[in-house]
Amino acid sequence: MNTLYLVLMIGYLVLAPIFGCILAGLDRKVSARMQRRVGPPVIQPYYDVRKLMGKDQVTVNKVQDFYVLCFLLFVVITGCIFFAGGDLLLVVFTLTLANIFLVLAAYSSNSPYSQVGAERELYQMMAYEPMVLLTMIGFYLACGSFNVSDILNGDKMPFVTMIGIFVGFLFILTIKFRKSPFDLSMSHHAHQDIVKGVTTEFSGRTLAYVEIAHWYENIMLLGIVFLFFCNGTWWGYAIGIVIAVVSFFLETFVDNSFARMKWQMALKSSWVVAILLGLINVALLIWVF
Amino acid sequence: MYSIFFLLLFPALIAVLLLLVKNDKIRGAIVIPGAIAIMAVSVYVAVEFLKGGTTYFDFESEMLNWLMLAIEIILCAIVVYLGIKHKKYLASILSLAQAVFLVWFEFTHAHEIDVSNNLYIDQFSIIMILIIGVIGSVICIYSLGYMRDFQEHHAGEKDRRPWFFFLMFIFLSAMFGIVTSNNLMWMFFFWEVTTLCSFALIGFTKTEEAVNNSFRQIIMNLVGGIAFILAIIVLGTQYGVMEFDALLELDSGAMYVMLAVGLLSIAGIAKAALMPFHSWLLGAMVAPTPTSALLHSSTMVKAGVFLILRLSPMYGDNTVGYMVMCIGGLTFLLASMAAISQSNAKRVLAYSTIANLGLIAACGAVGTYEALWAGIMILIFHAVTKSMLFLCVGTAEHHIGSRDIEDMDGLFSRMPKLSALMIIGIAGMFLAPFGMLISKWAAMISFVNSENLVLIACICFGSAVTIFYWGKWLGKMVAVVANSKDVEETVHKEEWSVLGLLAVLVVAVCFSFPLISSEVLSPYLLSVFGQPVDPIFATFGIAYVSVLLGMLALLVVVPIPFFNKTKKKVKENYMCGVNNGDNLSYSGSMGTSVNVSMRNWYMEEWFGENRINKIGLVITIAIIVVAFALIIGGVTS
Repeated sequence: MNTLYLVLMIGYLVLAPIFGCILAGLDRKVSARMQRRVGPPVIQPYYDVRKLMGKDQVTVNKVQDFYVLCFLLFVVITGCIFFAGGDLLLVVFTLTLANIFLVLAAYSSNSPYSQVGAERELYQMMAYEPMVLLTMIGFYLACGSFNVSDILNGDKMPFVTMIGIFVGFLFILTIKFRKSPFDLSMSHHAHQDIVKGVTTEFSGRTLAYVEIAHWYENIMLLGIVFLFFCNGTWWGYAIGIVIAVVSFFLETFVDNSFARMKWQMALKSSWVVAILLGLINVALLIWVF
Repeated sequence: MYSIFFLLLFPALIAVLLLLVKNDKIRGAIVIPGAIAIMAVSVYVAVEFLKGGTTYFDFESEMLNWLMLAIEIILCAIVVYLGIKHKKYLASILSLAQAVFLVWFEFTHAHEIDVSNNLYIDQFSIIMILIIGVIGSVICIYSLGYMRDFQEHHAGEKDRRPWFFFLMFIFLSAMFGIVTSNNLMWMFFFWEVTTLCSFALIGFTKTEEAVNNSFRQIIMNLVGGIAFILAIIVLGTQYGVMEFDALLELDSGAMYVMLAVGLLSIAGIAKAALMPFHSWLLGAMVAPTPTSALLHSSTMVKAGVFLILRLSPMYGDNTVGYMVMCIGGLTFLLASMAAISQSNAKRVLAYSTIANLGLIAACGAVGTYEALWAGIMILIFHAVTKSMLFLCVGTAEHHIGSRDIEDMDGLFSRMPKLSALMIIGIAGMFLAPFGMLISKWAAMISFVNSENLVLIACICFGSAVTIFYWGKWLGKMVAVVANSKDVEETVHKEEWSVLGLLAVLVVAVCFSFPLISSEVLSPYLLSVFGQPVDPIFATFGIAYVSVLLGMLALLVVVPIPFFNKTKKKVKENYMCGVNNGDNLSYSGSMGTSVNVSMRNWYMEEWFGENRINKIGLVITIAIIVVAFALIIGGVTS
């Protein structure tokens, strides 16, 4: 691992929560404007987390904190592997491990609301996982490597041969970002039917950790969007960053313009997308390009 | 050489001895040292032959061949008789057909064919010997305590434990035979013995369900057996070949070779319980749990995939290769889906076994060294992990009175140590730093490299489904339920020592997989494919191995100081009503107390067993029919 990737990794460790926090704030601001409200200040998520940190220390059992800590830890590790130029499949698998810890934290409380949330979280993982794996396979076929570092320095823009996969990936990002119409397991909207789902039984510092983990996770996911556009030149990187930011706000827009759909839709639609966009694009990569 | 004879004969000897012993104490005094001796000799064989590459033993004996034939005919006669007695005439007919083929071939051709090497051993056999010798033996030890409980649960019935232990040990002998036979006739003999043993073990309880399921098993495996003998006939009559190493030398483009390999693949598919033959393994669940553990982890089904992995160099870009790839891949996907709809823990484990066997078979059929590497690795990790999971479920069943996952609510509070082992096992089956996932990862890379779209789709969707069904089971177990009593004290000592040993094995295999890869697998792959690369470092690179080992270490070390300790105030759950203080009920609207009960999600209308099985049967049978039509029509690649 050379110095560049060490810098990138440390940069991620330090800056990801800051950018993640600002993005979350902007998300709320933009959503508010779409709903003709003024909305909170941009760094409201930071205030929220700081307030959570100072709350009374209460928990429903002795093991939950451990699971949530592991969730945060492995989300951060996932991002580090990604920004250190690591293997994309390893990134996916580590992220799965992290998510399982979140699910276990919710299950462990044995509370009806968090259990429903946990099951839905698993269900969502089942929905998006094929498309995520196909995305990584697409990168491998297009760039000849699973390594982020190789893709970053490649001279072909992966997006050109991976348009279908790109659209499919944006589709499942809606689930990953917990946006309507697929915010089944937990949501930042008040209309959620199972209170806060997975996070129902988390409070204070524990809940703050979940928030921070999401900031880290979102930045890593946008990093994958960015990866579609790098071709070893500065303008490729610039396009990547612009598209990553645009796609984040696209998700905000989708979030505000769609009603919640039935849970059945999440699996059906994302598997159809994975087959139609993901698999066919992979087939084209194998046979045509 | 004598150590191998020991492995072939000693378990059979113990088996006969156990058949005669009625006293439980004496049985224990035979089983434990016997099992330990088998384990020790397996390890000794591994050490003795590991560096030697492939070693052949000629060991010719006309007498032995006749003896095997006689035993086979007797076994066939028994099956014919039992089939008539239980009105399962199909079993009788198949068994008779098999005997006719066998005798005809034996008397017309077999004696003209010169077999120079009857037995052999190489690195892959060593791996199998270790799996059978270590895991098989510890399952036998575990059975002692389990069967004691079993006898108490079935008080008043005849004590048939001598018969049970006889079968378990014969099974081990036959498995050692399968993995060391170079002579296909010998392999076939041992192959049929394992079929018969599992037939008797599945029917052990003699209930109507058990008898029906045991006949389903034998009918399906007889189909496989007939395919096997037909393959031998094709090879014997067309090429005069009856040795495995000679078979692998033949030109895989020729029609008759493809036919023989195709038939052998069918035998392997039937034994490994891949679709369309998978239903026998589900039926095997009626047997006592150690039987399931034995069938699923180290013996029987592993013989099926062993044969397919052995044939790996014959597969690849040809009709039979595609047939096995498609069947393996689809079995992986469909069985994983069916597992979602199951709440019976043993059935979930069974479907997961079928799925993993499908993946192993698919890996073997790709026919590249990296795929074979992945296949053998999955086989190893699966054997260790699955045996532990089965035995955990068996122990839990005897203590909570159910093998239903819904009844494992908060098992973590009731049986903490056992749950910890089960969590290691389940996590080992699908989560990141553990071995199964590493080998699945390698499998995925090899599928992508072989550019097979069906396999890519199957592994992507199958992995996603796998996360769901393991995740929800794991969740059930970790739930902390108030007021649960610890019921762990009555677990037998043998059970603890075996479960502990298996847990250590799971962790040890995970940490030592780079070593297994470089010391055992690489030389084997080199001898099979002639490519001097250590796949683990070619596909992953040293950095990733260290990342994975680091994560594993992290998972083992980090939890200890934090787990189950908190300075925080512990409060009740949110119930959307006033919690009665015990997290189990809340005050409803009319002042009544309402109990809370939570159930998992099974999605019957999507992943229901019947629906999935029907789809699987239709597609896989169609694949087999088309593949054989193509082969016989002369389309071999």
